[in-house]
Amino acid sequence: MKLHEYQAKGVFADAGLPVPASTLAATTDEVLDAANDIGYPVAVKAQVQVGGRGKAGGIELVDSDEEARAAAESIIGMDLKGLHVDRVLVESAVDFVDELYVGVTMDRTVGKPVAMVSTQGGVNIEEVAEETPEAIERVHIDPAFGIQPYQAREAVFEAGVDEDVAMDVASVLTTLYELWEEKDATEIEVNPVMITADGEVVCADAVMNIDEDTLFRHADLAEMEEAAASDELEAKANDYGFDYVRLSGNVGIIGNGAGLVMTTLDLVDYYGGSPANFLDIGGGAKAERVANALDMVFSDENVDSVVFNIFGGITRGDEVAKGINEALESFDEIPKEVVVRLAGTNAEEGMEILNTDLVTVESTLDAAVQRAVEYAEEGQ
Amino acid sequence: MSILVDDDTRVVVQGITGGEGKFHTGQMTAYGTNVVAGAVPGKGGQEVDGIPVYDTVRGAAREEDADAAVVFVPPAFAADAVMEALDSAVDLVVAITEGIPQQDMAAVNKRLGEVETRLIGPNCPGIITPGEAKLGILPGNIFSSGDVGLVSRSGTLTYQVVDNLTQRGIGQTTAIGIGGDPIIGTDFVDALREFEADPDTKAVAMCGEIGGEDEEAAARFIGEHMDTPVAGFIAGRTAPPGKRMGHAGAIVSGGGGAGTAESKIQALNDAGVPVGDTPDEVADHIEGFL
Repeated sequence: MKLHEYQAKGVFADAGLPVPASTLAATTDEVLDAANDIGYPVAVKAQVQVGGRGKAGGIELVDSDEEARAAAESIIGMDLKGLHVDRVLVESAVDFVDELYVGVTMDRTVGKPVAMVSTQGGVNIEEVAEETPEAIERVHIDPAFGIQPYQAREAVFEAGVDEDVAMDVASVLTTLYELWEEKDATEIEVNPVMITADGEVVCADAVMNIDEDTLFRHADLAEMEEAAASDELEAKANDYGFDYVRLSGNVGIIGNGAGLVMTTLDLVDYYGGSPANFLDIGGGAKAERVANALDMVFSDENVDSVVFNIFGGITRGDEVAKGINEALESFDEIPKEVVVRLAGTNAEEGMEILNTDLVTVESTLDAAVQRAVEYAEEGQ
Repeated sequence: MSILVDDDTRVVVQGITGGEGKFHTGQMTAYGTNVVAGAVPGKGGQEVDGIPVYDTVRGAAREEDADAAVVFVPPAFAADAVMEALDSAVDLVVAITEGIPQQDMAAVNKRLGEVETRLIGPNCPGIITPGEAKLGILPGNIFSSGDVGLVSRSGTLTYQVVDNLTQRGIGQTTAIGIGGDPIIGTDFVDALREFEADPDTKAVAMCGEIGGEDEEAAARFIGEHMDTPVAGFIAGRTAPPGKRMGHAGAIVSGGGGAGTAESKIQALNDAGVPVGDTPDEVADHIEGFL
């Protein structure tokens, strides 16, 4: 679960990290009020979860009411890489002389957290990682002991951070690691950490990803989850408790188990179609959950056909068939062609129950996907 | 022959009194698995379908001579349960639980480096040696005894490939689901090493997916250390960067390079491993090896 910038900055401020003064605003008037409270110059920043906001016109630096009004009118309501912008963060602009990158993430190849510092902040850090990996200093942290003072020092000095601010940056890194641990983050990234002419250190951006499997022990973060869901359909999937990712194609995909659903997406592509989504109903789904899954996929107006691929282990074919019948019998006219392939546990019982007037049945994965791709082409 | 589990394996089930634990214990014993004990704190002295329950894994292992543990404990308590098993006398721990916090697993991972015990999972379907024993939730009826080793990050994708093999009359020595989380115990290289050492395994099917660098490491291992032929499959070719595809581990970072399906397929091809475009093609390659 990725927090919005304003949410992450709130968490940072509570932890005592230096962040610029800022206010969340949803209208032009609110932007003007906030800008005057904070004092010009300010940055007006779209609060959507997508990289490269600045280049896409989602961040503007303004120095007067007139400019602030223009920025507010252009950013609020805009479509930024497919996401609707309904709020902006109005933030004191920092006059910087240097930009750093500081972050903490899990290095899955060794199963340990890693703290990272680079003097090449302010740019796409993934490009830095690819082109000049030596420009990022990495220190692995023992999760049992947490970050040690010498490790934070080593990270900043080895990265080549200016001596005048090195200890302050080390302190930021230490606090970030502690937050990472306390909040069960999977990733915390500040890019850039700005250094002002006076030698002040400011966290100018904030990226925070929280491990969704830990929300049971973080009531405060669980409340933020709803605010952080950007796509309407993905928010709906959250409510239903599905693993769902929306894509841009027109073949809706429902299945059980992440690997098999991914494979079904790949096969849709392989047979010349374009997947509309990833939807995993998980293991052991009952009829209601199956019906909810169909409702999810039918809610996507891009979808022209649906492939329902189940290989039952703990999921039972008869329950799946019941759910499909329930969902489809509630329509006077079925909105899209549905292709069903049932295999594994109770698949035969499922085939007896399934109302085959409402769906097309195929016995293999390949045939089911090919049929759904054909239907999608016809349905366009 | 087989790897890691057979009909001599003596199993303790952690969480045997819970819904999932009880149901799958029944399924495991029906398949022929030798489940000798359960372990649930506070439930020592009870019985589940005639199987004695102990308060601790240590007690269960001592009294019933168990040498493997299967974990069906809810995610909030699962890392603790896995560490308890790692510290007991069992040699193998299979963690089925999905949704264990990542930082909890980092702590387990540290402990794992200090003990000899092998961990499979978490967030995995388990391990099966067809006709002998299954530890986990794999549906026994789709597997059959044969010459092919199978290792996969995904449960249902395993079933799909097994189905494609079965249609060609090809059975398995052992099948292992290593799990879809970013931090797991047994990885591809560990499983491949076991299969390479097993004289009865004539070929191996390996099903990877996007995220991490385990498949790349496996490709290097195959190229340098394996004589047994391997055929591969990589799920997630169409996954967009930055989106988690169900499994916590199945995510391509925005930077490209390692973690993508292309990188993994390339690495496997470079090691001489054919990668199927479909699960059916994987079965074709395996059939060609035999």
